[in-house]
Amino acid sequence: MNRDSGSNNSEREDRATAETLRTAPGFAREPRSLWSDARSRLLRNPVAMAGGAVAILLILVAIAAPYIAPYDPTHQDLANSMAGPSMTHLAGTDVHGRDIFSRIIHGTRISLRIGFLGMLLGCTVGVILGLVSGYYGGWADTVIMRLLDVQLAFPGLLVAICIIAIIGPGLENVIVAVGIFSVPLFARVTRGQVLSLKEQEFILAARMLGAQDGRIMLTHLLPNAAAPILVLCTLRIATAILTAASLSFLGLGAQPPTPEWGAMLSDGRAYLSIAPHVATTPGLAILITVLSFNLLGDGLRDALDPRLRV
Amino acid sequence: MLGYILRRLLYMTPILFGVSVVIFLILHLVPGDPARLVAGPDATLEDVEVIRSSLGLDRPLPAQYFSWLGNVFRGDLGRAARTHRPVTHELALTIPATIELTLSAIAIAVLLGVGAGTIAAVRRNSAFDYTSMVVALLGVCTPSFWLGLMLMLLFAVKLDLLPTTGRGGLENLVLPAVTLGAGAAAIIARVTRSSMLEVLGTDYIRTAHAKGLSARVVVLRHAVKNALIPVITVIGLEFGYLLAGAVVTETVFAYPGVGRLLVEAIDFRDYPVIQGALLVLALQFALVNLVVDVLYAFFDPRISYE
Repeated sequence: MNRDSGSNNSEREDRATAETLRTAPGFAREPRSLWSDARSRLLRNPVAMAGGAVAILLILVAIAAPYIAPYDPTHQDLANSMAGPSMTHLAGTDVHGRDIFSRIIHGTRISLRIGFLGMLLGCTVGVILGLVSGYYGGWADTVIMRLLDVQLAFPGLLVAICIIAIIGPGLENVIVAVGIFSVPLFARVTRGQVLSLKEQEFILAARMLGAQDGRIMLTHLLPNAAAPILVLCTLRIATAILTAASLSFLGLGAQPPTPEWGAMLSDGRAYLSIAPHVATTPGLAILITVLSFNLLGDGLRDALDPRLRV
Repeated sequence: MLGYILRRLLYMTPILFGVSVVIFLILHLVPGDPARLVAGPDATLEDVEVIRSSLGLDRPLPAQYFSWLGNVFRGDLGRAARTHRPVTHELALTIPATIELTLSAIAIAVLLGVGAGTIAAVRRNSAFDYTSMVVALLGVCTPSFWLGLMLMLLFAVKLDLLPTTGRGGLENLVLPAVTLGAGAAAIIARVTRSSMLEVLGTDYIRTAHAKGLSARVVVLRHAVKNALIPVITVIGLEFGYLLAGAVVTETVFAYPGVGRLLVEAIDFRDYPVIQGALLVLALQFALVNLVVDVLYAFFDPRISYE
């Protein structure tokens, strides 16, 4: 799942076997790629498809947020403070009388943006480090992997907190923090793939044809290592969203009046006994979002490597 | 065995060295004057100058690092900017609370996780199997701070059974420990289940059944023992992550541990305390990992210490 534990081995997939399978006689009549196989397996997995459908719905909500939210997410209506759910305010209002439903809708935009950008940052840096580390080996490998070991010596969320302690709280800084937080995992998965790929004939052939290192890494190694990286990307979006919400809950991320889910929960904490709905809804939003991306990621992993299915 | 432990310690040294460099550098990576950061926001100009010369902040970085490290080894982590008390004093007040919380949380997680995972595997495809795996999936995806608040709402506000915040007797520990342990319990249950399923399909289990042993003996005496080997690693990893999770849980329940100390210190920009708390949490994490490696070698006879 999205925890860091053990995801390295489970997400490494043995491309060699897939290659043999693909080129084996009997399969040759109707050539099918790993990706089309995976697509048909994914389409037959109802749980993963449900996760994917919810994820797409959330992305649409995030894009259309200003048009579908019934109220301005920061508009205060103090006369209507902490009203319970009703037809006018579907999820009730918070202490400042702001419509919680509208804030949740706008929060989708914030959380998904952090999730995607954080993942993208971690993936880009991690994949480059992993490619260089695995392809060149030697001292570059040693230096890069030891530096990443130092980061892994801090437990999970603590890395993000440590980065925030240096660069200061704020929404944009949270993206940097959750991005850096994901770098070692992407680097390790990519490196593992590169190590098993680089001894194969097609890489040797490319080298003999005079392809340069950069070209080999980007056009030969990366596409063949893409499957587990894609799985990790999906799972890391979920982790990034959860981590960002935790940081905002701790007061280290989004600042008021930003409608960020973790920050909204933190606001609701003080009024838990008189207005429990204020803290309940943002938590459900986080749960649904994280669950959908995790289900999709698990489904992708099963589809791309059926042998890993438990 | 002793040699193995020593070698693991030796392997940890460069990583701990890196960790100490990172924690030392925090002060210098933050934009602004390090002396002013150490002194805290309410310090006078004289205070800042005193701190600058006493910490040697005008000397080259490597020299500063080694004198800082020397102080750390002597148990001197500087003074907290907010309370003006030694950082070690602040840590001594909070470390026992965090250890108490994380140990209770991991105990709950292991009991729930191994128990549910084992039963789910033995009764594969039963209602219990499906229910517990769905709950485990939700447990992995639930934000711990939300779970904490919901438990607080149910057991403290509605039912009035347990106190909402603070530290004291066992009743103060229940909700934070369950909140913190829930995610780990979910992961442990999933790993236990798949590991048990694998073991239950092996030949020696069939033999045990065939020679007429009761299902109970087969599961408890033969299967669990081998199925738990991979689970130990996961328990260790999860224990490590609990240390980070404690930061959030302690904030939810206003529980006076190292995690809450860290968050408050970041809020107040109290850098000596930030460094101290990070150092403690990273050291505990390293220690837990060491213990897990040793336990793993101890439980799995296939691993040689040589």
